[in-house]
Amino acid sequence: MSVAVAVHAHAPGAHRTSTGLNSRKMLFWAFLGSECMFFGSLIATYLVYRGRDQVGPHPHEILNIPFTSVSAFVLLMSSLTMVLALAAVQRGDRRGSGIWLAATALLGMTFVGGQFYEFTHFVHEGLTLQTNLFGSTFYVLTGFHGTHVTVGVIWLWSLFAMAVRGKLPQSRALDVEIAGLYWHFVDVVWIAIFTLVYLIQ
Amino acid sequence: MADTHAHEEQDAQAPEHAHPGAREYLAIATILTVITAVEVAAFYIPAMKSVLVPVLLTLSALKFSLVAMFYMHLKFDHRLFSWLFVTPMIVAALVIVALLKLFGHW
Repeated sequence: MSVAVAVHAHAPGAHRTSTGLNSRKMLFWAFLGSECMFFGSLIATYLVYRGRDQVGPHPHEILNIPFTSVSAFVLLMSSLTMVLALAAVQRGDRRGSGIWLAATALLGMTFVGGQFYEFTHFVHEGLTLQTNLFGSTFYVLTGFHGTHVTVGVIWLWSLFAMAVRGKLPQSRALDVEIAGLYWHFVDVVWIAIFTLVYLIQ
Repeated sequence: MADTHAHEEQDAQAPEHAHPGAREYLAIATILTVITAVEVAAFYIPAMKSVLVPVLLTLSALKFSLVAMFYMHLKFDHRLFSWLFVTPMIVAALVIVALLKLFGHW
């Protein structure tokens, strides 16, 4: 019986697999699948308890749509710079890799900064984790997303450090591709949160 | 039988298609920006009130699909990756719908 042996051309230490697909990439997609269910449970909890608060502040009184729209735009643009970073690494453009990775990390930091400002503002308005069901479910959902973005920013800066030291050649493009998958995932999660939490109140 | 084996092997060994270039990525970013602007505009237009939820859910699903297909390269990579991502997403969506029903939101 013949076994499929195709492997990812760019994978460092490429090895034969029964599927012919790179194991790291397959594992990461499986991880993202589990993350889908994780965020699905948090979104479900938020939606189930929506509108059942005994005391305010309520979502329509406190959520700032123009501000969050800008944050959503920033995160969307960071997905663009991320794919441009991957394209630069794949063609061996060291300078481009560094620039686009740094741009993505900076946009991510802008998003996290915006979320920190939003949380601080809400606390001053009287919304904490313990205030009501909206506070508890909102902070847990958006807080976990913000934590994911923060992890992504750290990951991006570490790749940036590798790029400027010349340790991110074409042969390591898969490293950037996997970081990119993670980054785009936090972007698509925010697409869902922005609609379900902020726009559909 | 031999045909099935050959087909499976060919499928498993199918090379990943080339990823899009900077121009395509920019085009997708423009579309995503326009959709986001339309979403926010719809939120503020009183006449949209009655159809706001289906419109926003459709636009959101469209943005999600564009990022997954073009930026995450699911459109160009092996189908198995799509299944690994989409199957848990369907499970999560079903859990959300079931819980909303269970808690009397419909």
